[in-house]
Amino acid sequence: MATPASSPTPPLEVAAPNRLGGWRPGARWAQETGSDAWLERQLARKRAKRAEIQAQIDQLPAHQRPPMRELGRRSEPAPMPFKAMAPDEGGAPARPPYDLAGAFWQQGRVLDRAVVAGMAGRDHGSTHGHLPRSAPSVATARPGETAGGRPAGRTGGQEGSRAPLVTSHRQGQKIVIVAACPAARALGLKPGMAVTQARALVPGLDVRDADPAADAALLRRLAVFAVRRWSPIVSPAGADGLWIDITGVAHLFGDERRLCARILRFCRRIGIKARIAVAGSGGAADAVARFATEPVTCVPEGGEVAALAPLPLSALRVEAGVVEAASRLGIVRIGDLLAMPRGPLTRRFGATLLARLDQALGARREPVVPILPVTAAQAEVRFLEPIATAEAIGEALAHGMALLTAELAARGCGARSIAMLCRRVDGSDQVATIGTARPTRDTAHLVRLMAMRIERIDPGFGIEAIRLVATRSDRLGAEPVGGLVADHDPDLAPLVDRLVGRLGARHLYRAALLESDIPERSTRRVEPIAAVPGDRLRWPRPVTLLHRPEAIDRVMSELPDGPPLRFTWRGRAHRVVRGDGPERIYGEWWRRPGEVAAVRDYFQVEDETGARFWLFRRGDGGDGRTGDMSWHLHGVFG
Amino acid sequence: MSNPSPIRADRLAALRAEVRGIEDMGGRGSAGVLPFGVAEIDARLAGGGLAVAALHEIAASSAGLWDEAAALTFIAGIAARRPGTVLWTFARADLFAPGLAAAGLTPDRVLYAEAGSDPDVLAVMEEGLRHGGLAAVVGEVVRAPMASTRRLQLAAETCGTLALMLRRWRKPAEDPLAEPSAAMTRWRLAVAPSTPLPVAGIGRARWRLILARQRGGDTHEWIVEGTDDTGRLALPAEFRDRPAADPGRADRAAA
Repeated sequence: MATPASSPTPPLEVAAPNRLGGWRPGARWAQETGSDAWLERQLARKRAKRAEIQAQIDQLPAHQRPPMRELGRRSEPAPMPFKAMAPDEGGAPARPPYDLAGAFWQQGRVLDRAVVAGMAGRDHGSTHGHLPRSAPSVATARPGETAGGRPAGRTGGQEGSRAPLVTSHRQGQKIVIVAACPAARALGLKPGMAVTQARALVPGLDVRDADPAADAALLRRLAVFAVRRWSPIVSPAGADGLWIDITGVAHLFGDERRLCARILRFCRRIGIKARIAVAGSGGAADAVARFATEPVTCVPEGGEVAALAPLPLSALRVEAGVVEAASRLGIVRIGDLLAMPRGPLTRRFGATLLARLDQALGARREPVVPILPVTAAQAEVRFLEPIATAEAIGEALAHGMALLTAELAARGCGARSIAMLCRRVDGSDQVATIGTARPTRDTAHLVRLMAMRIERIDPGFGIEAIRLVATRSDRLGAEPVGGLVADHDPDLAPLVDRLVGRLGARHLYRAALLESDIPERSTRRVEPIAAVPGDRLRWPRPVTLLHRPEAIDRVMSELPDGPPLRFTWRGRAHRVVRGDGPERIYGEWWRRPGEVAAVRDYFQVEDETGARFWLFRRGDGGDGRTGDMSWHLHGVFG
Repeated sequence: MSNPSPIRADRLAALRAEVRGIEDMGGRGSAGVLPFGVAEIDARLAGGGLAVAALHEIAASSAGLWDEAAALTFIAGIAARRPGTVLWTFARADLFAPGLAAAGLTPDRVLYAEAGSDPDVLAVMEEGLRHGGLAAVVGEVVRAPMASTRRLQLAAETCGTLALMLRRWRKPAEDPLAEPSAAMTRWRLAVAPSTPLPVAGIGRARWRLILARQRGGDTHEWIVEGTDDTGRLALPAEFRDRPAADPGRADRAAA
């Protein structure tokens, strides 16, 4: 007999009636199972069980989590759709890893996660660096799994919640993997593998297009950062490496190891797995970094040969064809190459292979094209003695500005904003900034703009140096000057700059007409330099518009559409002798719900003295939903 | 007896021309004048129109907002008839751009500067005049000391830019044109009842235009019809001594 006890519906407020009729107040189900406390206990038990199962699921790596269909009702483990075959029946089961996870799940055990994590860690690591103490020292770092757009560092603990991610690109006829996230590598996916194969191995794989341009941009940003932070000579090496010349730099950070550890920490913080090698030449560092197993490898001085010998030939940055041809001759490792006579090698493989070998061993120099970070144009004026007067600052400013504009001219740029930093004798900086409407390098104009800021500078005990920095600059080519053409349009930019400097950017504007009939919304302030269309409205509009419509009282008017006959505004009565209207303006229902039905009826009226007003009535004079029929004055005509 | 003899009139005219020549020496006399296009008004103005390289002051006849609106429209009409960009500066913005466009000053030609206070408005006006590339510089002020108006007049003369200053009323008892000024001309505007149309509706606005002072000329007073959409004034039909056959003029008066 079915009772409500097994149903999850909440109990009724009174004891539930027996379906077959009659009340049985003493029934056990009515006493226990129907009570609130009992239901609470049941629900709590379910919740706890669910949470426990969810915790177990969360502990699994992404690819081992049971898919939804296997979970069935989440409160209880679902049976496997296909029973696992015993090894002695069909040999080793060839199931994808997530099937194993499913089996594991069914048995209710907890997977040993350490194994997977260890595997993932080994597969992923990819920074190598190496530095020499004498000659050019180089370290290479390699952005690991960032190619796919998902920073590797963020996939750490969270990767389980997403599908394994790889990026792909077309190579000839097939589409191959370019980079794989840790979860994907744990599943055996590798760069170079065909995407079709990968999809077959891992259903639900997240494949995205590789973006080499973005990768290169990221690498370049890292290089620029390295220039600013670690060493002045940095160059990208390949698509995923950096050469950093640390000659004479390492001691600033302690020693080479500490420098490497610092770089490694930084890379980890921004989500890049890196491997670093330090060697006496760029080639050796590159080779060791790409094939080392340790995050940091420091090749001892003179140890390049020993470090390179066990590495495969492809570490020498030669084409795949050469590597393949050499492997056919039994030359697989660099050590094999070192043992061969050079003459026959050159004849067979060309000069490149030995050149690369010599570069790696430091016997031949290798040109490095360093990244030059773009810096803002600046000029500095130092004083023999501190200055404190406005006149002196103005003179120094004119001198410095001339230097700055010369620098800008050499770069083909014009300044959009300039900061003046006045270094005081107490070591603090006083900053004044100006902006211009258009790129310019007109010294006199810029000096005049900046001179307006001098009064805000507190010289304290004196200023010992003034630095002018073009914090923002745009391209500026040659420009026509003078008014040789008759209808030459005068350039307003200098005036705009001066007025903006005086009033502030918000207070100099043009008014652009908008597509709105509501007068308050029909204009918008735009930039003073912006091009504004010269439209005009066909309807009468007053020259003065009150900020806020003012209520007028003692209005006498004819309904529904007559202009008022008399009204009182600001305490003065006006008798209307002529009127025109109504011009009906509907509310903009798409902006606010309150305007859905709103209507304003505008009238242009003239009183007995000839004064003309723009009045409106809220509402259309008939329907009460359109407004409350109150009258307002909104503008005055000339 | 009261009629001046022709010889006297000639001598007076010659003297006036000489004085004008002296006045023009400091600046660009070549900037010329901006005629209103209404013969009765232009004939009363020294030079046959508003001097372009000069400061002109315009005020409302009363503290009423309607008279000030008439003065604003009058200014917009003058500025609209000059080619180029107009710098319009004020302490607080209450202008409505479509209203200015109705007087011929379309939004693409106006640069607004909200200066906040009278001294700043005067400074911005001078800055605009010194730029030299603007069609006109308009400023709305309550107080303008003699020294400031002289500076503005000098700047306008030097750079050949038209300067128009609206003197606003602050208190009903304080006439803004009471204090002295270096302006070339000073005008007062008041609204006047317009002619009733034969049909329901409202016709062209009508103003009482008073030339309160001008250098090298006399004062005068007209009843004019307000600016049209190109910024031009007109004389009402009934005040105008027009030839009988001028259908265009008659049409406009009726419009």
